[in-house]
Amino acid sequence: MIWNKEAECMSREEMTALQSERLVRLVKYVYDNVEFYRRRMDAAGVKPEDIHGIEDITKLPYTTKDDLRDTYPFGLFAAPHSDIVRIHASSGTTGKATVVGYTAADLDVWAECVARCLSMAGVTRNDIIQVAYGYGLFTGGLGAHYGAERVGAMVVPMSTGNSKKLTTMMVDFGATAIACTPSYLLHLSEVLRDNDMLDKIKLRTAICGAEPWTDKMRTDIEGRLGISAHDIYGLSEIMGPGVACDCEYHSGLHICEDHFYPEIIDPKTLEPVADGETGELVFTTLTKEGIPLIRYRTKDLTSIRRGVCECGRTSVRISRFSGRSDDMLIIRGVNVFPSQVEAALIEVEEVTPHYMMIVDRENNLDTLEIQVEIDKKYYTDEIRGIERLTKKIAGVIQGALGINAKIKIMGPGSLKRSEGKAVHVIDNRKLI
Amino acid sequence: MTVNQVSVFIENRQGRLGEVLHVLKENGVNILSISLADTTEYGLLRLIVNEPERARDVLLEAGFSSMLTEVIIIKVPHTPGALQNILALIAEKNVNIEYMYGLSASANDASIVMKTNELDLALEVLRAQSIGTMSNEELMEL
Repeated sequence: MIWNKEAECMSREEMTALQSERLVRLVKYVYDNVEFYRRRMDAAGVKPEDIHGIEDITKLPYTTKDDLRDTYPFGLFAAPHSDIVRIHASSGTTGKATVVGYTAADLDVWAECVARCLSMAGVTRNDIIQVAYGYGLFTGGLGAHYGAERVGAMVVPMSTGNSKKLTTMMVDFGATAIACTPSYLLHLSEVLRDNDMLDKIKLRTAICGAEPWTDKMRTDIEGRLGISAHDIYGLSEIMGPGVACDCEYHSGLHICEDHFYPEIIDPKTLEPVADGETGELVFTTLTKEGIPLIRYRTKDLTSIRRGVCECGRTSVRISRFSGRSDDMLIIRGVNVFPSQVEAALIEVEEVTPHYMMIVDRENNLDTLEIQVEIDKKYYTDEIRGIERLTKKIAGVIQGALGINAKIKIMGPGSLKRSEGKAVHVIDNRKLI
Repeated sequence: MTVNQVSVFIENRQGRLGEVLHVLKENGVNILSISLADTTEYGLLRLIVNEPERARDVLLEAGFSSMLTEVIIIKVPHTPGALQNILALIAEKNVNIEYMYGLSASANDASIVMKTNELDLALEVLRAQSIGTMSNEELMEL
């Protein structure tokens, strides 16, 4: 089912005209309302009058996550605070979070985009959908929630953290759809199997996002649960989930390109790459009011595909993500930068700069272990002393990352020293 | 009297304990008693040796987190209930025992290594009851 035929099946000429009109308006809007962009554009020698259409987008400077950090918390907001009705936040590269704000119109667009994605996954007003993303500052929960309400489905706001309750309600309510991370859905399939509940569920579709996964994992999930599973993509800087999603033909993720204009660039030269070639995904938020971003570098690596899909949609598609051009990790759906861990550890007096993050997956759930060496004078002869310190470090990490990590104190000199660029992460997860 | 115990933090890794013992052997340090407190993540190795300062130094040089800890070694006669009596007296003074392990046994008594939170108070109790504690010098003669 196609939620918004007019937008999703628009001819290329109409789409280009719409994007052009919106870009021209956007550039004038940010130039007039965001000091950061005014300075950036002045420095680059570009004026709003130089932008006549979407083809002029390459004249504009890029925006990065560091720019968001440098202007923390509200520096890139274009709308007055009185017009902002919602805030979300995600991990920054260091201590400070990346904060985004939405006007009422932004929330309306967001719900519309998520509704399009849910429709790609076959969700209608007749469905009962469990939203098992975290509700709160993370965009996943509320984003999926309002989109599902827009569709008119019966929304069950599960949030995260209670698989037993979730599976019980899945059976008792006869839930037909679920929105969660793909690894969590795999975990749920095991919980259902172990409790002999697999033949009692009515689930038929899943909208999975917030972490990278493969087609093999998708078919695995589909086989285990007897459902169809869909990959929803988004990032809070651009909006949240709902930027793109794959339809029943699974031949790439359809971008809501009337709102988010995509480009693929070479992350080293910053030059555009040809269609089909892998590069870094860049988005311009064509209609956003709260925190509009111009050519925002997502650091996600993918390629772009044009042409009409078998489903009838004409929108540009991106392939599954092949990685990142930075060192960001996604652990249990949460973005984690090694630099955050480093910044947090520096705050703990007893800890040395030597640390190692070990990411793994047990029972389809991500685990994070942080091995640290402590300063020689803080090693103690008593187990309770070591345990006290372990708890203290765990608390600091939880505060900085928002996820629990297992802390392992190592003997001095036991963590490998690297020559050249330090390696601080071992990711043992296999994307199967 | 107290004696110096050498403590070493070792993460659980194959061969790590052997590496510690190798360093001591290479430096001619004799081990009189050894205790290993193990957790799932790491171990705390506690050693009574003939030359504690030197043992600590050579281990530090070899990159281990070795440190000296003051402990009490008591001589407990071979009478059922002897240790329990001593512990009861210590407990009366609200002194906590952090850990203990055996050192050696002779014809007359057994020697036990004990770490308490209030060393002086514990020693006072022991002295008052004429319970013998071992000195570093006595230790060297073992």
